[in-house]
Amino acid sequence: MKRGFTLLAIATALLLSFALYAALVIAPTEQTMGNVQRIFYYHVPSAWVAFELFLINFVASVFYLIRRSTKADILALVSAEVGVVFCTVVLITGPIWARPVWGIWWTWDLRLTLTLVLWLIYVSYLVLRRFSTSSQTPLLAAVLAVFGALDVPLVYFSIWFFRTQHPAPVIGGGGSLDPRMGWVLLYNWIAFMCLAWLVCWTRYRLEVAQRAVHESEAMQSLMEGAR
Amino acid sequence: MSFFAITRATLTKDIRLEWRSKDAINAMLFFSLLVVVIFSFAFDPTAEESRRIAGGLVWVAFLFAAIVALNQTWARELRNQVLDAYRVSPAPATPLFIAKAVGNFMFVAVLEALMTPLFVAFYKLRALGPAWQLLPIAVLGTWALVVNGTFFAAMSLRTRAREIMLPLLLFPLSIPALLGMVNATTAVLTGESSPTFWIALLVAYDVVFTTACLLMFDAVLEAE
Repeated sequence: MKRGFTLLAIATALLLSFALYAALVIAPTEQTMGNVQRIFYYHVPSAWVAFELFLINFVASVFYLIRRSTKADILALVSAEVGVVFCTVVLITGPIWARPVWGIWWTWDLRLTLTLVLWLIYVSYLVLRRFSTSSQTPLLAAVLAVFGALDVPLVYFSIWFFRTQHPAPVIGGGGSLDPRMGWVLLYNWIAFMCLAWLVCWTRYRLEVAQRAVHESEAMQSLMEGAR
Repeated sequence: MSFFAITRATLTKDIRLEWRSKDAINAMLFFSLLVVVIFSFAFDPTAEESRRIAGGLVWVAFLFAAIVALNQTWARELRNQVLDAYRVSPAPATPLFIAKAVGNFMFVAVLEALMTPLFVAFYKLRALGPAWQLLPIAVLGTWALVVNGTFFAAMSLRTRAREIMLPLLLFPLSIPALLGMVNATTAVLTGESSPTFWIALLVAYDVVFTTACLLMFDAVLEAE
């Protein structure tokens, strides 16, 4: 277990440094956008990883509702936390790219709005977990995660219709992708997946340890009370 | 007691309480009156402009005002451990939820009925589209707010800062419903487009979340 963790950490470090090199040096410079386009190698993998983590959160929450397993609950918590971090990266790198290329920081386009709404839903999930005083926090959180997942298709259709009625200002890119760019994107995606996995793993171990500490503290105060 | 009898008993009790105290309705009315006045000063719109923004203003005012009714839904039951008594009684949870949601729907509907004439007068509103369509939009939109609101109010009972928790949980999930209500209302008021898609979206939202609430309320009520 511990060895696997070290191996993963080393692999992630190597992959991330290679992916950085690939994104900055190997990948060809985009013709019209220039070097600004390179942020795409961080923006897109972060978005994919964030969505994968939100999916894991949903699956773990459903599993928790069925089996009431503590592991599923911790997995749901961890994936939501790390997912929100990656989603924040997406929401920050997006405008940095959009400003020079589109000339605007933000537009209420389908994908942007959907990502923002997802971020809002998962932040509210984390707020609930933080503020809940009940011993049933995992249950309430799992219910909220299911509600959030039900909401996603509705958000998608509403924004899709909202935006097709009023045309979006600019849709960037289009056309074919240079194969080298595709490879670099793939490396970055794998590197980011490893990073997310590593962070989730660390956070998982931390949460398990924290819960064990809380439990032993509660036991201790019970024992002292009994004396 | 049958399912229907429990629903009716809870609902009549809540209506009687509200009828005698008028706590929620007074607070909601005064609050949305303030919103009408402040927005009117802030934007000072012409009749043409107000047609475009009124859909948003009306629903934002109703949404914020509805939070008042939603927050007291379950808080009232905490005094004297009424909710605990309900939990240990053999009565199922679903009729309790339906009664609470219908009760909240009625309070917010009364608020809307009283506030709409004021909105019309202050913002010089006149619908250019078929005005009767505003009625199904109002019914579907109010139910969309109230059904999830009642559910999340029950969920936020066991959190710190309960009153602030409800909007934090409710608003992100209500975004599609709000888009539906606001755009449908604007479509009818300006008469420029058809509200059909937005009404269909509201119907889908209502069906999906009413089902989810009914299925999961049991678990939330039992959670302690």
